[in-house]
Amino acid sequence: MSGVSVTKGAEDAVPATGDLVVLSNVNKHFGALHVLQDIDLTIARGEVVVVIGPSGSGKSTLCRTINRLETIDSGEISIDGKPLPQEGRELARLRADVGMVFQSFNLFAHKTVLENVTLGQIKVRRTDKKSAEEKARGLLDRVGVGSQADKYPAQLSGGQQQRVAIARALAMDPKVMLFDEPTSALDPEMINEVLEVMQQLARDGMTMVVVTHEMGFARSAANRVVFMADGRIVEEATPDAFFSNPRSDRAKDFLSKILHH
Amino acid sequence: MFDFLDSGQYDLLGAFWVTVQLTLYSAVGSLIWGTLLAGMRVSPVPLMRAFGTAYVNLVRNTPLTLVLVACSLGLGLTLGITLGGQDFKAMGFRLAVLGLVAYTGTFVCESLRSGINTVPVGQAEAARALGLSFFQVLTLIVLPQAFRSVVAPLANVLIALTKNTTVASAISVAEASALMKTMLENETSALFAVFAVFAFGFIVLTLPTGLILGWVSKRVAVKR
Repeated sequence: MSGVSVTKGAEDAVPATGDLVVLSNVNKHFGALHVLQDIDLTIARGEVVVVIGPSGSGKSTLCRTINRLETIDSGEISIDGKPLPQEGRELARLRADVGMVFQSFNLFAHKTVLENVTLGQIKVRRTDKKSAEEKARGLLDRVGVGSQADKYPAQLSGGQQQRVAIARALAMDPKVMLFDEPTSALDPEMINEVLEVMQQLARDGMTMVVVTHEMGFARSAANRVVFMADGRIVEEATPDAFFSNPRSDRAKDFLSKILHH
Repeated sequence: MFDFLDSGQYDLLGAFWVTVQLTLYSAVGSLIWGTLLAGMRVSPVPLMRAFGTAYVNLVRNTPLTLVLVACSLGLGLTLGITLGGQDFKAMGFRLAVLGLVAYTGTFVCESLRSGINTVPVGQAEAARALGLSFFQVLTLIVLPQAFRSVVAPLANVLIALTKNTTVASAISVAEASALMKTMLENETSALFAVFAVFAFGFIVLTLPTGLILGWVSKRVAVKR
């Protein structure tokens, strides 16, 4: 899939006005633990940023701060030029524009697959039921689970559930999609079906922040790899540069442990 | 032995009908009030949380007799709140329902709150991530799943409520146990028969409640 990322390496060329998500000087503590330390990260429109790093490095927390599922102690986060508001109507409106895919899928267990995908459209976007369903079926077909529309999440495999979760997020026409370890809870044989959907999204120009341990995906789909360790961004580079020639010792150590199996 | 049943002197069915009505109105009322209380107890607004907690702990720990007498004497006779009841009988009935709702609502609230705790936090997170408001997350995602997991405990509350309606006789509502007292005074020779009749009456009301809701609880359980 080398031809996939047509915009690979293009982040240098993107003008500053194309910045969609900007984190500046973000800090967060969990009690005594300083999980995010002076994080500065800018994600351009259409860019695919993959965040990797060892467990406990703060990469999931980073992902969750972007739609304020985690609050931050200091610093600033803005999406499309607007700083994240406090909890309330404003924030809800902003979250609707930010799609999120979780490690544990989190499909609404008491609703069918179709209802999962129409709920946000109907209740947040105020779309009428008929066109919401039409769009939902289209998206479910696109992620390859169209035939499961009337089942409940518990009747689906993990890979199918995660693809429904992606469809649910896409139904809101998000400006940016956040993926918080989307394949970490999946059986190995189901990882690819989810990654393929994500590859396709990246190809279609969706702005994505992906926290993952899938180095193959990082290589093939990312415009930029962000390596985190101990709450800091240690290294940022294009996938080619990062995987073939990591600059920091921490990244070298990390890569030596996960590659070459 | 059960001659007193044929005498036509006692309106047994009528008395139990009052019990059934007390139960039904109070059940619906306490379900609504209990849900509102549970909403308050998980709300992000500190004042609502404080009210919910204070109310539940105060009313739950007050004897029901006291609650009902307070409704009847305090609200009804002293403050003149009749809830639209035209005569003494209607007023007593309505105040009894009010007291039962106020009391039983706390138990519904606490059952429901334990049900809310069974809903994985990721469900609410996913809903918030879609842009749903707190109220929408609660009513569309969390409460529907919470209710499904507490049908069996709610059946307990409903059975307790059915039996608690007997306390309404303390404020002169003519329900089953009020009639029982009258009959016990008149039919001293058939004391145990009278007891048996009323015990049977309550079992007829409560046993199906438990069985049916037990079945419902299995049917609606959320599969994860």
